[in-house]
Amino acid sequence: MTATEIIVLVVAIAAIILVVGSIALVAGRKRVGPPTTPSVDSGAPDAALTPSPDQPLIVESSAPGASTTTLERPESIASRLVRLRQRLSGQGALGRGLLLLLSRDPLDEDTWEAVEDSLITADIGVGPTGELVEKLRERLRVEGGGADQAKAILAEELLALVDPGMDRSLNLVGPDGLPGVVMVVGVNGAGKTTSVGKLARVMVAEDKNVVLGAADTFRAAATEQLKTWGERVGVDVVAGPEGSDPASVAFDSVKEGLDRGADVVVVDTAGRLQNKQGLMDELGKVKRVIEKQAPLSEVLLVLDATTGQNGLIQARVFSEVVDVTGIVLTKLDGTAKGGIVVAVQRELGVPVKLVGLGEGPDDLAPFDPKTFVDAILSA
Amino acid sequence: MFTTLSDRLQETFKGLRGKGKLSEADIDTTAREIRLALLEADVALPVVKEFIGAVKERARGEEVSQALNPAQQIIKIVNEELVKILGGETRRLRFAKNPPTVIMLAGLQGAGKTTLAAKLALWLKDQGKSPMLVAADLQRPNAVNQLQVNGERAGVTVFAPEPGNGIGDPVAVSRQAIEEAKRTLHDVVIVDTAGRLGIDEELMRQASDIRDAVNPDEVLFVVDAMIGQDAVNTAQAFLDGVGYDGVVLTKLDGDARGGAALSIAQMTGKPVMFASAGEKLTDFDLFHPDRMASRILDMGDLLTLIEQAERTFDAEKAMKAAEKLSGKGGEFTLEDFLEQMQQVRKMGSLTKMLGMLPGAGQIRDQLENFDEREIDRIQAIIQSMTPFERQNPKAIDGSRRARIAKGAGRSVNDVNQLIERFFEARKMMESMARGGNPMMPGMPGVGKRSKSRQAPKAKKGKGARRSGNPAKAAAVQAARDEQQATAPGAAFGLGDQGVPDDFDPSQFPDLSKYLK
Repeated sequence: MTATEIIVLVVAIAAIILVVGSIALVAGRKRVGPPTTPSVDSGAPDAALTPSPDQPLIVESSAPGASTTTLERPESIASRLVRLRQRLSGQGALGRGLLLLLSRDPLDEDTWEAVEDSLITADIGVGPTGELVEKLRERLRVEGGGADQAKAILAEELLALVDPGMDRSLNLVGPDGLPGVVMVVGVNGAGKTTSVGKLARVMVAEDKNVVLGAADTFRAAATEQLKTWGERVGVDVVAGPEGSDPASVAFDSVKEGLDRGADVVVVDTAGRLQNKQGLMDELGKVKRVIEKQAPLSEVLLVLDATTGQNGLIQARVFSEVVDVTGIVLTKLDGTAKGGIVVAVQRELGVPVKLVGLGEGPDDLAPFDPKTFVDAILSA
Repeated sequence: MFTTLSDRLQETFKGLRGKGKLSEADIDTTAREIRLALLEADVALPVVKEFIGAVKERARGEEVSQALNPAQQIIKIVNEELVKILGGETRRLRFAKNPPTVIMLAGLQGAGKTTLAAKLALWLKDQGKSPMLVAADLQRPNAVNQLQVNGERAGVTVFAPEPGNGIGDPVAVSRQAIEEAKRTLHDVVIVDTAGRLGIDEELMRQASDIRDAVNPDEVLFVVDAMIGQDAVNTAQAFLDGVGYDGVVLTKLDGDARGGAALSIAQMTGKPVMFASAGEKLTDFDLFHPDRMASRILDMGDLLTLIEQAERTFDAEKAMKAAEKLSGKGGEFTLEDFLEQMQQVRKMGSLTKMLGMLPGAGQIRDQLENFDEREIDRIQAIIQSMTPFERQNPKAIDGSRRARIAKGAGRSVNDVNQLIERFFEARKMMESMARGGNPMMPGMPGVGKRSKSRQAPKAKKGKGARRSGNPAKAAAVQAARDEQQATAPGAAFGLGDQGVPDDFDPSQFPDLSKYLK
């Protein structure tokens, strides 16, 4: 096949639509929307791969001597975890609700339905919810017991769904002394740039030498946003002009990292919706170009905790294109439960590695399934 | 997992067709399927429950039991209910009697407020207003900068006295902005605020302070179409914290089904006013409840497609092609095909168009592998033909094929395939165009069938009358009815037509087979 077939088919369909359209809707319907004026958007998508002389790459270097005094010192991992637990337990409505339901005696159909409902409300998804409820039912039938057992079993099953056995550490070391290269991807507005900024702080706290690559050349002021993050902790940001080829910026970022012997290079990419083939191809190219110099040690997909069932499709498509190795779950400090994580892990086996807990610069913590479930269940 | 509701229901009703009557058990099964479909589309649970209740109620009534095809009747009910909730109170922006009109945007982080502010400004500007953007997001690093750049692209003034990045008081900025707008005679002020969580009391207070300071005519709640079950909490929190008059749905160009629209409209009673779909500043439009309903049910978005076609297609050429297809104006030739193809091209990405077709969700994977440049190659083949050959594709024999292939730099096989497919497609198009009525028949009997069949026809006779009259509304409604009625299984409604089985775009399972 078959591209020919698709085209012929589409043209045929278009012809039909046109017949339908011209007859049923009358040609020249008044448009209520904006006229299709040519876009004012000046982003030139495909510049040359290697930077041309008239597009100089800027490497914003903050002088190390002067900045050490003003640089912020990021928070340590341990104290972050405490905060994570607090934040989650503060809004463990799901767990509380569930336990309340489960301690009802006897467990009738209504109760079970209510259990199912509260799981669905957490965005866990219809499939995993069904499985979880089925397991709970069976175990309660076999093992018997009242509310306290129910709680333990629930915790166990929830934990099994989140799967604590997965390796959730970030792989930040490249082979043969090469720097670890981390690429951050995701849909628009998930929190990629913010996560990259926070991630850089974590690495600085671990005394790593970090270079950031601002390969989001599409969105207005994305580069500046990342630079602001970099300046706060004294990390250099490699950037190109707006509208330039992101792959070229990514290439130069890794090159910069290699040249100065950095420990880690983190490349931020533009947000893209997973159903835009052109943009996904572009992302594939960014990855290939990066790998010309050093293999990617981590590809992190940033998922917004408020995302519903579409999160699964996002994870699936991004995984196909760039082999996602870990997930950063952001905005978990809101009312959203982030239940989509469960579905994503279950289907793709990609672990959640980090969680974003707010707008503060140090609100990024490693994801710990036990803490996660405990916090959810502690009422 | 992501089969369409219509497929599901069709499955449920298999073996039931012809009986004509639904038992209570049948209705329960149906309700379960609808529930699943809505939950997978991220409609909030309480809303789903309420909705199912309403549908069940109607399903027990006469309209279903008397219909020949209960499945379709139920889908029609579901769709109607959806449109009722989504479109209950669709309305336009309210403009202040004494300018400036103040519009304030609020929402979660990353919902798309800053981008939307610029889109809204451009949209208003195109309507002859003189908008001014106000950078009151002083929280996120370089949000101010982003708004300035976007404002510049849209050609709109941006009021940004503070640098942002945590410096400055958004309330003061907003207050100054109103004075500035009065002084500089801008008649619309759009205040872009920082993203905030519904549970963040401090920031919510700040938002309500901004609201009190600028006294907006419209507060718009900006929400990401991808949002899941949390939509209701967030929407409620913002309603309590800031209060808003309308909702804007963003990132609709993704493949999220956007059930949140339904949840929010139902829970808060606030209308969804605008939809933003795309990276360009012009990708912004009023919200169409009927299209959203189709989308939530994964029934495709034919109306948008038709509208897009109308915008780009040359009306005269279109009529000519339509005539040819119905056998009045001579044969549909490769020349016409080429013309059509170029028009289609203008409409944008083929994949995007196919994606709008009902049931396309299932073939999305195949679509992803589609190379848009193939269209150039086909064009090259046709352009390598002589005018005679284009007019008489049947005359293209072996040696001509070899020559064409050489000329286009393709293999003879490609030429063969194109010609073969062209004939097949022509056959299909002709049989559809001659189907007796313009919308193409074949939808299994629905009560109102005859009525909906008549309307578009009558419309045809009236020629190019402008919209805004009741007849047009009727035509649109009829088209919609048609779409609903034909949706299950037969998108274009050619289910019963004598069309070759392997070339039926409406049978999407077939199509996906065809696309491999």
